[in-house]
Amino acid sequence: MPSTRVVVTGLGTTSPVGGDVASTWQAMLSGTSGIRRLTDEWVDQLPVKIGGRVAVEPSEVLERVKARRLDRSSQFAMVAAEQAWADADLEGSGLEAERLAVALASGIGGVTTLLDNYDILLEKGARRVSPLAVPMLMPNAPAANVSLKYGARAAVHAPTSACASGNEAIAMAIDLIRLGRADVVIAGGTEAAIHPLPMAAFANMMALSKTGSEDGGDPTTVSRPWDTGRDGFVLGEGGAVLILESEEHARARGAKVYAEVRGAGISNDAHDIAQPDPEGRGGTRAIKMALREGDVDPATVVHVNAHATSTPKGDIAEGLMLHAVLGEHVDRCVVTSTKSMTGHLLGGAGALEAVATVMALHDRVSPPTINLDDKDPEVDLDIPTSKRDLPDGDVVALNNSFGFGGANVAVAFGSA
Amino acid sequence: MASTEEIRADLAEIVNEVAGVDADDVQLDKSFVDDLDVDSLSMVEVVVAAEEKFGVTIPDDEVKNLKTVGDAVAYIERAQG
Repeated sequence: MPSTRVVVTGLGTTSPVGGDVASTWQAMLSGTSGIRRLTDEWVDQLPVKIGGRVAVEPSEVLERVKARRLDRSSQFAMVAAEQAWADADLEGSGLEAERLAVALASGIGGVTTLLDNYDILLEKGARRVSPLAVPMLMPNAPAANVSLKYGARAAVHAPTSACASGNEAIAMAIDLIRLGRADVVIAGGTEAAIHPLPMAAFANMMALSKTGSEDGGDPTTVSRPWDTGRDGFVLGEGGAVLILESEEHARARGAKVYAEVRGAGISNDAHDIAQPDPEGRGGTRAIKMALREGDVDPATVVHVNAHATSTPKGDIAEGLMLHAVLGEHVDRCVVTSTKSMTGHLLGGAGALEAVATVMALHDRVSPPTINLDDKDPEVDLDIPTSKRDLPDGDVVALNNSFGFGGANVAVAFGSA
Repeated sequence: MASTEEIRADLAEIVNEVAGVDADDVQLDKSFVDDLDVDSLSMVEVVVAAEEKFGVTIPDDEVKNLKTVGDAVAYIERAQG
């Protein structure tokens, strides 16, 4: 078992269901969907016209001049990081800049900045392309901007593994602390890809659900993990950040501790560029690795925030993984997919769901999975459709993320 | 033909939009870098916006000579000729 213990001391998010952790968590517990019909003009030309925009625009929170130098994905990261930093009460704590790192991921990077500037190039010419375009669109821009804000000089990382990126950043943060490279890491993920090009591309590869986009359709019912009526994910946007800290550092400054990070597991499918291994072998290895790293008894795993994106194959594969890892204990494990409410935040998903996993352990309650009207008979898991209390005692919760390209990342959190 | 004051006022609006500097602070004797905290990338944005606003061309080689707001206003006046 690794000797350095890592704890969570701060949380922040801006999500499709709330502008901060408190509102997001309450919305999740009450089963509130953040999916709406998009009001952008360009949706008329697309087969998919729904998505999960953030509940609170970053322009309402960030200073205008600073925000205009940030891609929307960096804006979300900044909003979430500011909340998490304040929540962890690190200002004036004496933390040395050389001991503070950032690991903050995005799946796609500043895609709206890239495409908007291409439009400008075509319409107005090369001279009008923004001199800020490159530092705005680079995939490490969210991490870099957060590192500048807090003067984090230990390291700045932006791991990218598509929809597993946010969770991979958290796994990397754990390593940074356990390897002694940092005492505190600002970790998380962000994504701002609600733009006609990525949406058309996801729709054309049959990944996005085209349901609910018709006139009079109900967007809130389209993200329906494990339901027999599921036919693809719904794109969401937003960011989430966790402050991870060595237990020693947190105790020394008397920080409040939400949860312990027990372990992380990372594996790769090498099966297909987009499809999951139907048997979930890579995911199974990742989850086993996370439990082994944290010396976790499978019998103590009481909650899973699943990757479950509402796609036909992926949702079934994840059920197989949980059975393979937890065995008979799977029956006492409360499983949820908060994507049923938030949609899929791609590179932000693992981080937002990590925040939800930590809150579930902290408050001892699992959020529901909404729209689960007719559970797929191939999925044998306990998936409540309203919030469910979790047991007392030393328990563990898992957060899973899987990405195009094959990456599987599982993180095991333990009750504080 | 726009007056010096009109050009200064329009330029001040651009600097406010790009860099958040109070438009009233954008006076002829102020240095973009030292007084107004306009960094090099923001300066490029100011220049490109000014080119569009005033219908002039400000070559990259010229930008380094525009140290003060007055330098920029004078250049624009000359370029508008």
